[in-house]
Amino acid sequence: MPVKRRLTPHLARLEAEAIGILREGAAAFRRPVLLYSIGKDSGVLLHLAMKAFFPGKPPFPLLHIDTTWKFKEMIHFRDSIAQQLGLELLVHANQEGLARGINPIASGSALHTQVMKTEALRQALDKYGFDAAFGGARRDEEKSRAKERIFSFRGPGHVWDPRAQRPELWSLFNTRLHQGESMRIFPLSNWTEYDVWDYIAAEDIPVVPLYFAAPRPVVRRAGTWIMLDDERLPLNPGEAPETKMVRFRTLGCYPLSGAVESTAASLAEIIAEMRAARSSEREGRLIDSDSEASMERKKREGYF
Amino acid sequence: MSAQRDLLRFITCGSVDDGKSTLIGRLLHECGLIFDDTLAALSRDSRRHGTTGADIDFALLLDGLEAERQQGITIDVAYRYFATSRRSFIVADTPGHEQYTRNMATGASTASLAIILIDASKGLLPQSKRHSLICSLLGIRHLVLAVNKMDLISFDADRYAAIIDTYKDFAEKLNFTDVTAIPLSARMGDNVTSASGNMAWYHGPSLLQHLEEIDVQSDGTGQPFRFPVQWVNRPDANFRGYAGTVVSGHVKTGQNIRVASSGRNAKVQRIVTADGDLAEANAGQAVTLTLDEEIDIARGDLLVAPEAPPEVSDQFAADILWMGAEPMLPGRDYLLRISQDWTQARVTSLRHGIDVNTGDHVAARTLQMNDLGLCHLSTLKPVALDKYSENRAIGAFILVDRFTHETVAAGMIRHALRRASNIHRADFTIDRTARAERNGQRPLLLWFTGLSGSGKSTIANLVEQALFTAGRHCYSLDGDNLRHGLCRDLGFTAADRVENIRRAGEVAKLMMDAGLIVLASFISPFRADRQMLRELVGAEDFVEIHVDAPIETCITRDPKGLYAKAKAGLIPNFTGLGSPYEPPENPDIHLHTGDSSAEACAAQVLAALRQRGIAC
Repeated sequence: MPVKRRLTPHLARLEAEAIGILREGAAAFRRPVLLYSIGKDSGVLLHLAMKAFFPGKPPFPLLHIDTTWKFKEMIHFRDSIAQQLGLELLVHANQEGLARGINPIASGSALHTQVMKTEALRQALDKYGFDAAFGGARRDEEKSRAKERIFSFRGPGHVWDPRAQRPELWSLFNTRLHQGESMRIFPLSNWTEYDVWDYIAAEDIPVVPLYFAAPRPVVRRAGTWIMLDDERLPLNPGEAPETKMVRFRTLGCYPLSGAVESTAASLAEIIAEMRAARSSEREGRLIDSDSEASMERKKREGYF
Repeated sequence: MSAQRDLLRFITCGSVDDGKSTLIGRLLHECGLIFDDTLAALSRDSRRHGTTGADIDFALLLDGLEAERQQGITIDVAYRYFATSRRSFIVADTPGHEQYTRNMATGASTASLAIILIDASKGLLPQSKRHSLICSLLGIRHLVLAVNKMDLISFDADRYAAIIDTYKDFAEKLNFTDVTAIPLSARMGDNVTSASGNMAWYHGPSLLQHLEEIDVQSDGTGQPFRFPVQWVNRPDANFRGYAGTVVSGHVKTGQNIRVASSGRNAKVQRIVTADGDLAEANAGQAVTLTLDEEIDIARGDLLVAPEAPPEVSDQFAADILWMGAEPMLPGRDYLLRISQDWTQARVTSLRHGIDVNTGDHVAARTLQMNDLGLCHLSTLKPVALDKYSENRAIGAFILVDRFTHETVAAGMIRHALRRASNIHRADFTIDRTARAERNGQRPLLLWFTGLSGSGKSTIANLVEQALFTAGRHCYSLDGDNLRHGLCRDLGFTAADRVENIRRAGEVAKLMMDAGLIVLASFISPFRADRQMLRELVGAEDFVEIHVDAPIETCITRDPKGLYAKAKAGLIPNFTGLGSPYEPPENPDIHLHTGDSSAEACAAQVLAALRQRGIAC
């Protein structure tokens, strides 16, 4: 096992803050859950949760909302991590959505996200009666997230009302809920993409290999590279699969996740590449560009 | 790449016109933090919603909510992150409008430096004073006075100096340790990240240089040890640790610590982290402590240095910034959170309001949203506290509405009030139980609530006659009668109504201690106050009777001619007309006086009393 680098004061401060938030969420709510999306931010969140309750285990399960369109490598990674850490992993897919044949290709990204992610998440939270859910979202990802609280109150039906957010002063979080209300908690609110990668490197946190460049079968679509992860992606007329050295900056449903051409095959190379980058990480996500305020709308409906 | 760098949290204050967003936008842009795709989206947005013509409108970068972009104003705090090779920064971009003062305070609560923007062409405006005052109150000690739009006054050194002088006169009475003035032009970039060629007369640092260099000493290492227990970690029978974050000072293994509330001491055995045990933990570190002795410690307890303990008190004075839509009412109960502890609290008195624009004391009976005031509070149980000026983490609290769960106030403790420890309750040998036994009855409070004219006093009178005839000892308290004496000084504002009910409740409680059954007839329109009574006298001895009649019926009856006067505009705040009545959700007894006679209603009450073991 490689020797850990000592954390910079900056990362140490972010780590302590996140641990404090995780403990707060665990102590203040009846039945919390950690939303595990398998990506790098989730990986950091999970790592912090393991630290926060050491020598005990996190007093909450992991929940993965499975759209059934995630990369195969993600699912494999998810199962092995949960097993290694000895944590309870709940997987939920929207069965009604599947029965209706909703998928990212025929239904379009907006409807697919609405049914298989947003609705599925609400179903799962209600099914298990979770009153608080930790997520790995960061304020630097997107401008409506920049306005969201660390403890983000959700009314009945999991809706977010950006104009009625509780003021969040000092670290005095208002964790009071009525029946039917819930809280989304974002321990990584104050982290940036740089911080996440620096921390992954410093703490040697495992991540899905898709983040590293490798030769992969891809097609060119909407100005980005889409990977052919299985047989379900139909080729448009004139499209021919190619093999390219690519990697992913963010991971989601494979038909909606754009890859970038890259040769960065190690953490150090990823970090160097990112520092030279001129575009934000969400550029590769096809779901964000639907409309100007699309993230705010999705969040109001209960999206993470 | 990963140089040792510290964090600076700061806020920017100013209205849209002062160029605040342009300044932040430029800082982010020049630090390479605005990506090409973000910039492309921004220039698209600028053409649609922007107010800067062909230029990129940086305000749109920060105003992330739809409502903000449509209205062209900042409503909520936005947090932005950037770093230079020397330091990393979190900037809270806060709204300037007075109606969003609470959101500005939210940003200020975690900041150690504030940039107050001033438009050089306009000079010092009242809002700059308001922002300075709130920053000072929230404990920010380092201030940058950014005199922007110097290009509009031809980079004139004299006009700049005049603005600075006026500001420094004003800021003298505030608690800033340093005020640094910088002349700049955010639009043109003068003195933002590098020295300006247009102002040779200015020899100070650029804004970014100042932010990189200033020593804010916000880490709290020099203060006494404080450790609020967040979570008791008991994975198995062999381990019992107290998880939390050191909020000030430091702790070493072998050191004595004290539980502030109980005064019990123990020694720190281990400082546990997932990366191995530590010999010492400093402010800001999240750790788990184990102790050499099993003493009673729960979430919410504060572990402290025994040689420098905090005050433990149930009464204290604090500056309050009110944030709730409903006004603050002295006498009403709220939930209070201080560090990791929750309890119930009440504002016992509002000493004075504070004018947010001048800092002057003003007379006040309530606080409205965004108002400031100095209050005395009392809590249900003693809490550990420090002065906010000495320790922000232990001297700050929030108040939460007990019913809506909204955060309604931010509080900063000035000092504990000694009265709690000096007034001791006198204990007499003959107690409530003894008196109740002598009277052969269980003391109760029958609380008749309802609109004026609903029949409260009439029914209470009938019930009292029946109880008296049956040999019970009882007494009637009536709202109108009390207002002729004990409550003569009170009016009918919401604040006075709360106080009126509180006094009635206290009197009823004394009478119950004397062994009496008390019948009280008060409109008592607010649910929260009736809940307060229930808790004051004990739920098992409180009988809430809703005397319910439709308002139309009450208006027709109008036994005192009050509705007629109210309708003529002679009585403001009349319950049911100008002021709301909140009906009980689950009254112990529900009387419908529109359909039943007063005698039938009285019989209904007596039947319910017999069920509770009262012979009548």
